[in-house]
Amino acid sequence: MTTLLNVDRVSKSFGGLRALTECSLSVEMGSITGLIGPNGSGKTTLFNVITGYEKPDSGTVTFEGTEITRASPSRVFALGVGRTFQITRIFARITVLENMLVATQRDEGWLRGLTRSKSSKSELVAAMEWLDFVGIGGLASLPAGSLSFGQRKLLELAYVLVADPDVILLDEPAGGVNLTLINEIADKIRALNKDGKSFLIVEHNMEFVMNLCDRVTVMHQGADLVSGTPSEIRSNPMVLDAYLGGNDDDDDDEELS
Amino acid sequence: MLKVRNVWWIAAFGALVLFPLIETNPTYTGIGVIALIFMGCATSWNMFSGYSGYVNLGSAVFYGVGAYTMTLLADHLNVPGNGDLFWLVPVGGLAAMIVAVPVGLVALRVRRHTFVVITIAIFFVFQLSAINFGFTGGTAGLQLPLIPWLETNYNKPFYYAALAIVVFATLLSVAVRRSRFGLQLLAIRDDEDRAAGLGVKVFAVKLTGFTLSAFAVGMGGALFAIFIGQIYPQFVFDPLFDISIALMAIFGGLGTLTGPLLGALVLESMQQYLAIRFSNGSLYLIIFGALFLVIVLFMPQGVVVYLSEWRSLLASRRVEGARVVPEEKS
Repeated sequence: MTTLLNVDRVSKSFGGLRALTECSLSVEMGSITGLIGPNGSGKTTLFNVITGYEKPDSGTVTFEGTEITRASPSRVFALGVGRTFQITRIFARITVLENMLVATQRDEGWLRGLTRSKSSKSELVAAMEWLDFVGIGGLASLPAGSLSFGQRKLLELAYVLVADPDVILLDEPAGGVNLTLINEIADKIRALNKDGKSFLIVEHNMEFVMNLCDRVTVMHQGADLVSGTPSEIRSNPMVLDAYLGGNDDDDDDEELS
Repeated sequence: MLKVRNVWWIAAFGALVLFPLIETNPTYTGIGVIALIFMGCATSWNMFSGYSGYVNLGSAVFYGVGAYTMTLLADHLNVPGNGDLFWLVPVGGLAAMIVAVPVGLVALRVRRHTFVVITIAIFFVFQLSAINFGFTGGTAGLQLPLIPWLETNYNKPFYYAALAIVVFATLLSVAVRRSRFGLQLLAIRDDEDRAAGLGVKVFAVKLTGFTLSAFAVGMGGALFAIFIGQIYPQFVFDPLFDISIALMAIFGGLGTLTGPLLGALVLESMQQYLAIRFSNGSLYLIIFGALFLVIVLFMPQGVVVYLSEWRSLLASRRVEGARVVPEEKS
């Protein structure tokens, strides 16, 4: 398998806080990669660095061989990296369908937007197809702000999908969602993966991650601790230490230095 | 078949066209000219600030630049005091757009509330420049060529020129709302970072919207300059203009099409009328204050949105089950 997305020794500090320390990660083409780690281990910061929301202090991020380390979020998206947010973000005051249309042309010049209509026939069809795929097609004409939390999660997934990205970064897709919907989301991800989409998933729900992912990377204190298949990860003692804070000596050393 | 909505638009437009033909009192047609200028400016302002949520409290920069461009060009080109002056109105709009680019490059670097403060600051830079530079005539202001038209007919050309600006601003606003660009502005209003993550080139889109909105406001300023025949810094770079335009749009309904039109028509006509009727230039401020309390308390989304919600509520009561309650999915 070839590497689709590669993060190489990325560091990022916020003032005195080191959020990422030489963190590396790769997502193989056609895989579902899980990213787990305790709260505050830098998972979301890593997402922000990959998608252009934060500029790293050092290290590189490459996507399909193109360096995107300091690219803008719109550029990263245009190249084919889509993402969802941990706290679901939708456009509340426009309709569900219009939410979809914002994303349909991922690499369109800004001047083109002035001269073209809001949507073409084919874009409308695609938008409706994806809404139906996630199961909220019937809500297309409602303002997105009237959706429930679960529906918003589905909408966010749908409008990332409508732009046909190659890799999709999901930040806690199962967070705060009931069990039925969790299974539904897992099924959708599997179906999309079969069609060739790659995924990088941050999630705290271990069952969800272990059942779904081909490979899992564990993050601890801003660095990648270990990578492997779900079964390897489950039996790795370092992972347990990271979550339960087994070996505290390292932490103390770092604080002193 | 004509839709009911379009019939209203045509009727409103017809009424505006016919007004100066029926009402010949120059006092009232004069109020009409000013009200129309404000309608055009408020609509154009709303095309950027209403759609994107970036409240620009420095739109008098565009207005003043339009007015000064008109006056200085008329002087330097020796344009005679007749209808030829009107050809310079679009030039005033273009000058405002040119000024909007560097202003936008600075002001749009920051978000929302900071943007509001920066636009106010930039406005005062322009006002102080107009007062202190020599070529603007300073506080003494500048004169425009006198137009020797009869008083009874003097207002008419201005009225129809202002109406043309209103039509232009409205059509532009509609076109933007229907374009992909307009959708991107709305997306920026709702969540700018999310929009950027979905491929929207947010800075370019904001700057384009900001610059486009300057055109009609600049034209309004240029037309206003010839209408009153002389300009002073405090007249055309007027902080009350900044606030009025924003309040008119908010009064009618921020981000709606009819809101700014209605807001400007009602508020500006009322202000002018009260000033003349009671020969007290500040009386309107008291009434405006009370009016805005009512709006903010009871119709925070503006009159137009309030009325349309009220109407759909009535309709749903009449037709049973007209309001489909979305089924909870999760």
